[in-house]
Amino acid sequence: MQTAGGLSACLPITSDLDLVWVRQHVRQAAAQLGFGLVAQTKLVTAASELARNTLVHGGGGQMECAPVNRGGVRGLRLTFSDEGPGIADLDQALRDGYTSAEGLGMGLGGARRLVHEFDIDSSPGRGTTVTVASWVSAPPRPREER
Amino acid sequence: MTGLSPSPYGGQVPVLRIGDVLLVTLQGDLHDGTAEQLQQDVSEAAADSRVNGVVIDLSGVEIVDSFLGRVLADIAAKTRLLAAETVVAGMRPAVAITLVELGLTLPGLRTALSTEEALRLLGGASISPRYGRTRQESP
Repeated sequence: MQTAGGLSACLPITSDLDLVWVRQHVRQAAAQLGFGLVAQTKLVTAASELARNTLVHGGGGQMECAPVNRGGVRGLRLTFSDEGPGIADLDQALRDGYTSAEGLGMGLGGARRLVHEFDIDSSPGRGTTVTVASWVSAPPRPREER
Repeated sequence: MTGLSPSPYGGQVPVLRIGDVLLVTLQGDLHDGTAEQLQQDVSEAAADSRVNGVVIDLSGVEIVDSFLGRVLADIAAKTRLLAAETVVAGMRPAVAITLVELGLTLPGLRTALSTEEALRLLGGASISPRYGRTRQESP
């Protein structure tokens, strides 16, 4: 399931205990890659939000964690996938305050703000895959995009 | 960094009573179920008429996500209805920065930089003999 000290892993998300493992793995991988404390905390928090979505809305699934390198900048890519009911209206789901279960409605939109790259692929009946990436230093792309 | 076991609190978070204040110290990584149990435990303990404040020490907590944020806000709302005030103490800077970016500013929560300060905020007169400065007593 998880190689000792390895950055790459595929973790199941089927219970709230698994959320703890997801957070711990992401924390350790980010620390190993050299993420600062604030950057680690943001990425772990985003992972927690997304893993909980996978568990609560997707009916369980998995997270893949992989180190990435772009132009010499190291980063971490996390992919959360489930085969649940999917999301019909992505724009609505990403909006702050939107909530379908009991929550503060900050899950998806909030998680997107905490990472450098965010991609979501979902449609009704086909499940949901969310891929996020963060980089150790400033993201390797033109600054004017921000 | 947080040790071998997935969580030191797979079970229950102790709710300590010091004078008329409840003290809850969160550490490490909480299970969702543990956090929900805590919410119930604090509400029950706060229903005791002698409790006028709840201090939640977050100094040992590495992340607060929207779930734990909601639990904290709910504890504060419930204890307020039970005539007690909740103060969240010792939140780490990285956690505070992340919470705001996440969109959770938790406006209903009172905060303090340390547990000591939180107890002072709650007017911990009844506990000062023990926890305040030591008395000058001649031998």
